[in-house]
Amino acid sequence: MYRDLKWKIPLILVVILGCVWLSWPLKEKIALGLDLQGGMHLVLEVEAEKAVTASLERMAEEIKRSIEEADVELDRVSADAETRLVRIALIDELDMPPVDKVLEAYPFLERQASGESRVLNLKLSDSQVKVIEENAVQQGIETIRNRVDQFGVSEPTIQVQGERRILVQLPGIKDPERAIKLIGKTALLEFKLLDEERSVQEALEGNLPEDDDILYEFIENKETGDVTKEPYLVKKRTVLTGDTLTGAEVRYDQNQFNEPYVALTFNNVGAMIFQQVTRENIKKRLAIVLDGHVYSAPVIQDEIAGGRAQITGRFTTEEARDLAIVLRAGALPAPVIILENRTVGPSLGKDSIRQGIQSILWGGVLVVVFIAIYYRLSGLIAVSALFLNLVILVGALSYFGAALTLPGIAGILLTVGMAIDANVLIFERIREEIRVGKTVRAAIEAGYAKAFSTIVDANITTFIAAVVLFQFGTGPIKGFAITLSIGIAASMFTAVFVSRVIFDSTMSRKKINRLSI
Amino acid sequence: MEILKNKTEFDFMGKFPAALVFSCVLILIGLVSIVIKGGLVYGVDFAGGTLVQLKFDKPPSIEAVREGLKSIDLGDSTIQEFGSKNDILIRIQRSEEKLEEVGSRVKDSLKSTFSDSTITVERVEMVGPKVGADLREKALLSMIYSIIGIVIYISWRFEFRYALAAIIALVHDVMITMGAFSIADKEFTLVVVAAFLTIIGYSLNDTIVVFDRIRENLRRRGKSSLREIINSSINQTLSRTLLTSGTTLLVVVALFALGGEIIHDFSFALLIGVGIGTYSSIFIASVFLVFWENWFKASKKA
Repeated sequence: MYRDLKWKIPLILVVILGCVWLSWPLKEKIALGLDLQGGMHLVLEVEAEKAVTASLERMAEEIKRSIEEADVELDRVSADAETRLVRIALIDELDMPPVDKVLEAYPFLERQASGESRVLNLKLSDSQVKVIEENAVQQGIETIRNRVDQFGVSEPTIQVQGERRILVQLPGIKDPERAIKLIGKTALLEFKLLDEERSVQEALEGNLPEDDDILYEFIENKETGDVTKEPYLVKKRTVLTGDTLTGAEVRYDQNQFNEPYVALTFNNVGAMIFQQVTRENIKKRLAIVLDGHVYSAPVIQDEIAGGRAQITGRFTTEEARDLAIVLRAGALPAPVIILENRTVGPSLGKDSIRQGIQSILWGGVLVVVFIAIYYRLSGLIAVSALFLNLVILVGALSYFGAALTLPGIAGILLTVGMAIDANVLIFERIREEIRVGKTVRAAIEAGYAKAFSTIVDANITTFIAAVVLFQFGTGPIKGFAITLSIGIAASMFTAVFVSRVIFDSTMSRKKINRLSI
Repeated sequence: MEILKNKTEFDFMGKFPAALVFSCVLILIGLVSIVIKGGLVYGVDFAGGTLVQLKFDKPPSIEAVREGLKSIDLGDSTIQEFGSKNDILIRIQRSEEKLEEVGSRVKDSLKSTFSDSTITVERVEMVGPKVGADLREKALLSMIYSIIGIVIYISWRFEFRYALAAIIALVHDVMITMGAFSIADKEFTLVVVAAFLTIIGYSLNDTIVVFDRIRENLRRRGKSSLREIINSSINQTLSRTLLTSGTTLLVVVALFALGGEIIHDFSFALLIGVGIGTYSSIFIASVFLVFWENWFKASKKA
């Protein structure tokens, strides 16, 4: 009967040692959730349809240029975001053949009936829309990862959630506001020529030329905090974008009170375009536009070779540094909006840890004392089983790399309260059997046997609830579900198996006539 | 030590009418409170909105905080103490999708009013309406799925009528706890849903222990009626029921008293739920098994 102790005791020792090995040292092995160590949890949504619109507009622009290069007279080329159509209107329908040639480069534009023979309606195919949207999310993640890496956060989490959402977790972040700006900035850098032949005033009054846009420069008075808006009339056509950047860094202007600015370096293509544009537009103004805001619009003094430019704009050093980071990391292919933001400061996290540990200690001590008084020596066996349960729980948490959260701590505490239940069920049964007049050994045997199915049934229902919670829960709740499930599973082992081994090994050594229960 | 000396022979079945009235009254009070208050109060997680927790190094007056926040337009907001006089919780119904940190905006606007006090932003929770709706759906689904899972499991291990009785008991527990939440003006958040799922698990745990004993006793039924068997089964498991509830309540009370404000609603839900769960597994759940059988007999005769 007691022969199986030969393998049972070593098994228990192996489990204990394994769990201790897994979880030692505690500080390194147990990851704390954001609610305990402080940090920021962001869920962003990529406005992927805007990437589709942008790409549609880019295509229309390209097609227009190609058709013009083919010496075909155009009425107009326009893009409509809602219907995802590029509409090409020619002056003369006989010009169609060269246009067809141009369109061979765009197989994903499907022709639709337009009703007019000189007009072409081209619809962006659904599969291409999907490709663009998926790319927008993927590139968005890459870009954000790049930015976060350069910002310097230890162990950030950046991953896709669903189709269009990006989860960003930054543990221990000190300046959440800066982080949000850094992560969320689209950072689309564009160089556009000003339209100096027409008046801004007229355009503002509603007479906006077809090829132009009005963009604003926001000028903040650092002393009063007042913001004034300066309108510019710029040409729609973007001469150069941030795509061609190879570098961006902060420099200080020696002539201007050491004011920081961002120095840009272009790749060969960018440098060539920049040189050409500056050569052809000397004495004209070139606007530097970031996310639709004009940062500056300097007059081109001379042809600029070598692919260098700079953005000035009354920055603080920090702003300049962050701008350089986002420009280096590249633009987001589509803007993002914040769906969810949960930020916990480090001191609150510490408070939570302290309070959590305190409640575990007090709750634990109360249960232990109560059970020890109630079941005496057998109670102590239950308590050791409970203690082992906690060791396994901590070991399993380290093994799965699951983060401990505040609700997770509550889960541990609940485990303490509920895991003892298995032993209570067994002990009550043993007492019943003893009352019926069975010997100690037979009573223990019967108690464990009869309580077993009850324990399994009762625990599995709680387990089902915990597993469902894990499936659906987010963040802290997952932590709760994990600790609760592991606690329940471990209690099956400790309360049923381990406590039995302790009973048996005691009985194997000496004959016991009266059970302390 | 024993709470209950030897065998108890309480007539729980006989107490059923009184228990039924008691339960109905509790549920009714809860429902009335929910109706009067215009439904359950959803927290930021489900309703969407923003929550900012600030710590002042000197206790501020709520009025002054309200005054200080006037310079930025926050729309509908509530301001309250959170745990201590130095901690202030500001709840804003609106959520910002813009790239902006509400926490620092709130802090900046309060700087001038409280120039002699240091303010720290302890916590910001902003949940957009889309995510709020998602989370609501998830929470509801998780409740439904766990109940389905449990019904399947109990029907498999016992019989369907046991599953039905268990579900009645847990719906009873959840309804009463919800009512208590409404009466105490507490909000439904994700963590509270987690507490409810735990209550569901716990309530069943308790109920199943009794069912298990009923099943066992039915096997060597003898001459006793179902009613007698159920009554003695409840009695036989009574000390276990009280003990386990006792230890669970001990830890829940520890959590409630020491766990801090953030987890307060969670432990409140557990406190009520565990208490009610214990009561229902003794007085409510098993009794439905008798009803079921009587009803079946009646319909067979008819």
